[in-house]
Order: sequence, then structure tokens, then C-alpha cells
Amino acid sequence: MAKIKGAIVIDKEKCKGCGLCITACPTEVIALSPEVNSKGYNYATAVNMDVCTGCTNCSLVCPDGVITVYRTKI
Amino acid sequence: MADTISTKQIIKPENLVHKKSAVMTDTTMHYCPGCGHGTTHQILAEVIEELGIQENTIGITPVGCSVFMYNYLNIDMQEAAHGRAPALATAIKRLMPDKYVFTYQGDGDLAAIGTAETIHSCNRGENILIIFINNGIYGMTGGQMAPTTIVGMKSSTTPYGRDVSLMGNPLKMTDIVATLPGTYYVTRQSVHKPGNVRKMKKAIHKAFEYQKKKKGTCFIEVVSNCPSGWRMTPVESNKWMEENMLPFYPLGDFKVPEE
Repeated sequence: MAKIKGAIVIDKEKCKGCGLCITACPTEVIALSPEVNSKGYNYATAVNMDVCTGCTNCSLVCPDGVITVYRTKI
Repeated sequence: MADTISTKQIIKPENLVHKKSAVMTDTTMHYCPGCGHGTTHQILAEVIEELGIQENTIGITPVGCSVFMYNYLNIDMQEAAHGRAPALATAIKRLMPDKYVFTYQGDGDLAAIGTAETIHSCNRGENILIIFINNGIYGMTGGQMAPTTIVGMKSSTTPYGRDVSLMGNPLKMTDIVATLPGTYYVTRQSVHKPGNVRKMKKAIHKAFEYQKKKKGTCFIEVVSNCPSGWRMTPVESNKWMEENMLPFYPLGDFKVPEE
């Protein structure tokens, strides 16, 4: 059976660490990084990419458009 | 076929499903983290890109947080005096009827100082799109009470909550303009959840299509958050908005054209 796999790329320098993508993600892929970017924000980062389905929820709610979503069938 | 595939193998141009719209510029937005303005800008840019009207769209920016919108969207934009965006949009649309004209206004701009312009433009049925961001306070100036502040809501000028006996009732602009004969499509949306973002995108799509058919004023209210003004984290502010703002400002279509 075909399986959907997704992946996200986050532009960490432009991320403001609002955390809206974390609540929007149905599979808990994203978390805030303990490290900060050059602006001093704890940026969002993908911690569990294996369960990403590429649903684009995180990318839709991101106010700064820093998330790019890829999806493929395997 | 192998069941596992590495992330590197997925990240290829042919697998791309969603990215920042090409209509957006690379400038980092000045909005606070989690602000609904950013999300609304992204959707607006996406719709403009999908319809292929980047060259033919003219936006009017208001006075308020979104005053620098012309730095973020790569389209022609004009700055209006405080509250006068619908008047300016009227002029631009009448001089250039083939262009798509929209105004983007906050609640201080549209519902307070610009009430007259808004109501008269809607009543005349000017063929423009008005996007109204309602977060219940004057966000840019420090979170003071606005006409749209809901009863009991705390702001920097109503620290004990809005009291109707002293400050009067909140103003529902969308309900008012829906009763005017000039408006064609009036709706209230929000952008705090992925599902709402998708609905909002459809609403903007429809509004630009009606504008192409010269049907009349389209009015989209977006109930939004203001994490800094409300003194909350972005996630908390969205939850507060859902629990307190949405019962008073219910989402949905107010005026849907008969087709």
C-alpha cells in the first residue's frame, strides 16, 4: 500500500518562535529549539520528521511563512 | 519498494506542496510573533499568485500595525490617510476599472476613524474588496480600547474590562454593512487554525472573482489575535480568542450572493 511521507524545512533565521505550528501539527513533528537564532527567538525545529505526513497545516498557520513542505508517496 | 525514505530524498522540487508565496517579498515582517496579520498577508499573496493578477492588483494600506504592508507584498500599493482607505480605493477603482483593488484595514482604522468612509463606500456599492482585521483593540498604539472591544475585555484603557454603562456597546461592523444594499458578499472568517485559513483563502478567491464580474463591494472580516496587546502568548491568545471573541463575533457568511 502506498504510504505518504512528508518533510518540512524551517527557515530558522526568520522564525519568531510563536509556536502556532506546534499546535497545528497533528503528528507532533515540531518543537521549539532550546537554542536561539540571531534575533534571540527559540526557533521552531522538526524533532520527529519520521511521522510527518506533509499535511501543510504548519505552513498554513505560520504568520511569517518560514515553513516549506514537501510530500511524496513511497 | 523500500518502506523507509530519508528526509533528504523527500526534499526535492518535484515534491514541493506548500511554500511562501512568490508575491511576498523577502523582507522580514515587523509583526509580533504569532500575529494574525502575517497569516492574512500570506493567504492574500497566495490568492493573488494563484489568480495570476500580481500585475493588476492595487492594495490600499491603512494606518495601524499593517501600515508597512507595502514592504511585504510585491504589488502596487498606496498609503491612505487614517481611515480613508475605502475613499482612496473608490478613486483608484473608478480611474482604473480593470485593476483589482482591495483595502486592508484594522479595527481602529475601519471601525473608528473610518466608519463614514466604510459605510458610504459599501452603501454606494463600490466595486472593491475590503479586508477588515478585527482584534478588538488598538494594537499599534499600545492596546487601548477600540469600538470593537468586547464587553468585559481588558485593555490598557479598560483595566477592569469594558463596562457597557460607561463605555457603551461594541460595534459589529460586518453586521452593519451586510444590511446595506451595495454590498455583494459579506463574510466573517478567522486565521487561527489550518481549517479557518483554508476557508479564508476561498473567501478571498470568491471576492476577487466577484470583483472581476463587477458585482459590488465585498467585505471580509478576519477575527484576529493580538498577543502583545492582550498580554498573552500567541497560543494562549488564539485560545482566548476562540473562547471569548468568537461567541460574540460568530464566523460565517452574512451575505451570500444568489447564483
